[in-house]
Amino acid sequence: MNMNRRIRIVDTTLRDGSHAVKHQFELEDIERITSALNNANVYAIEISHGDGLAGSSIQYGWAKHSDDARLAVAQKVVDRSKITVLLLPGIGTRDDLKLSIERGAQVARIATHVTEADISEQHIRMAKDMGLEVMTFLMLAHMEPPEKMLEQAKLMEGYGADVVYVVDSAGAMIPDDVKVRIGLLKKKMQVEVGFHGHNNLGLAIGNTIAAVQEGATVIDGTLGGLGAGAGNAPTEVLAAVLDKMGYVTGIDLYKIMDAAEDIVRPIMRRPQVIDRSSLILGYAGVYSSFLLHTYRAVEKFDVDPRDVLVELGRRRVVGGQEDMIIDVAHELSQKKNR
Amino acid sequence: MRERKVKAAIIGPGNIGTDLMYKIMKRSKYMEIDLMIGIYPSSEGLKRANTLGINTSHEGIEAVKGRGIDIAFDATSAAAHLQNAQVFEVEGIVAIDLTPAALGPYVCPVINLNEHIERKNINLITCGGQATIPIVAAISAVTKVHYAEIVATIASRSAGPGTRQNIDEFTKTTARGLEVVGGAERGKAIIILNPAEPPIIMRDTIYTIVDNPDREWIEESVRSMIAKVQVYVPGYRLRVGPLIDDKQVTIMIEVEGAGDFLPTYSGNLDIETSAAVAIGEKVSENILKGKAG
Repeated sequence: MNMNRRIRIVDTTLRDGSHAVKHQFELEDIERITSALNNANVYAIEISHGDGLAGSSIQYGWAKHSDDARLAVAQKVVDRSKITVLLLPGIGTRDDLKLSIERGAQVARIATHVTEADISEQHIRMAKDMGLEVMTFLMLAHMEPPEKMLEQAKLMEGYGADVVYVVDSAGAMIPDDVKVRIGLLKKKMQVEVGFHGHNNLGLAIGNTIAAVQEGATVIDGTLGGLGAGAGNAPTEVLAAVLDKMGYVTGIDLYKIMDAAEDIVRPIMRRPQVIDRSSLILGYAGVYSSFLLHTYRAVEKFDVDPRDVLVELGRRRVVGGQEDMIIDVAHELSQKKNR
Repeated sequence: MRERKVKAAIIGPGNIGTDLMYKIMKRSKYMEIDLMIGIYPSSEGLKRANTLGINTSHEGIEAVKGRGIDIAFDATSAAAHLQNAQVFEVEGIVAIDLTPAALGPYVCPVINLNEHIERKNINLITCGGQATIPIVAAISAVTKVHYAEIVATIASRSAGPGTRQNIDEFTKTTARGLEVVGGAERGKAIIILNPAEPPIIMRDTIYTIVDNPDREWIEESVRSMIAKVQVYVPGYRLRVGPLIDDKQVTIMIEVEGAGDFLPTYSGNLDIETSAAVAIGEKVSENILKGKAG
């Protein structure tokens, strides 16, 4: 096998997809999805609240089950795939990460905003010291020029990251944006480079393929595209397209298609499509998980969700600032009623 | 007797220490700065102190000995404070600890200072704690708070290397402060760094789950608490709320700094130094009373 043609897929249905079900996955669903991904031979399965370990909160939405309970059911059914968890420093702590390592997590994913890599040093070092593979995320990568991103990626590499991801959290990139960023990281760094896309502009698959063509070797998808905003790159589509292009993912194509169709699609709460508000997310460059929180806020304050999202984009809010949705909706409704 | 002042020292001539110096020089009734201590001769903070006529030393904590210092503001690091605290104790110096070491009780000047006024070591919790715990305490004063969750968003430029490398300390210490000082049964803290230019003013959202979400009582209690904080942080303002949704109460505030040395957007740092000075004033007043009596 040509090593350059080998692509590892991390399925994040049970993390990014958690946003789309407002973090209400049933334990039975977690067990069935994990089992199906394991049987389809996905490299790693990410299981966390949408906003990472300890994300269950008023700010990000209460999860139906604890980090611990989710991992416990998943651990029972995995024998091929690795379990991974997401941690956002500032929300979760090393204590949370330690607990999930005890619960069987073998890969740690540590995410920061694209300019804030240095808040992840302790978490990356601890996970490395505990023997984990560490993948790091630079989120909302579209907000900074590629050179800035490279500087931050090098920090993460220095802390010990095995893979550094370009994360298009807002689904705001076009393929050229992806190519220049992945290309630069590949050229200037030793570690593997990854890509995580969103479909707000309809480009999740196209951008991921662009990333792979520039040398990304680890990529994210979700079954049926279930995820924040208009969703992610569907894992089953990635598996099919990459196979057609001659890349090797190790995934059983029929099994991954069945998992999407038979297990995930029936539990979707809303069709995973590009509606006008998710299109605005990509257009205005706003964090994808803001979508459902925005729908909830506009109901209370009676304003257009697009106005809220555009204003959030103008204010350059970053991941995690869901409280600003209320702030903006409140302000717009006061202006309207004046 | 009113003319007398206690002798204060600042340990750590970084941004926080320098801002403390300006605040005390401009506004303190009961303190005069005798000394600023650092560990690098080239420190900008020490140079500034020098030009303002303050004694300086770059030889570390030893310099504080035998000068009759009454009160010391420690703006170093948790590890350094553990060492410094031993010297303060031997010298009989009251320590106002701005590090996360927390050897002494957590104190927020508008909530529990009187109860700890005689203590020899007082801890400032965190900047997010100083900004949000008063609101939680104000709600606790009128109804039981089962859960308090705060989100502190600060400008990337106002988060120094200490905060960045110890971000878990911030979330854990702030959460404990919401419980111990704010009166919440359970606390949770989230911190977000935002790199937008021009830098954003510190924003804090305080969510609580309470027994009795009585709008009038909560509004009144929060308003009077904000007025108390404004005595030492004039830029501490209510932005939104209280929004009441079943048992959940949401309040949003912003904190604009005084701009004494730190830029005004660094409300997070300003509320910490302002709280430290407010505590220092009360403690010093108390010391002077003791000396007079």
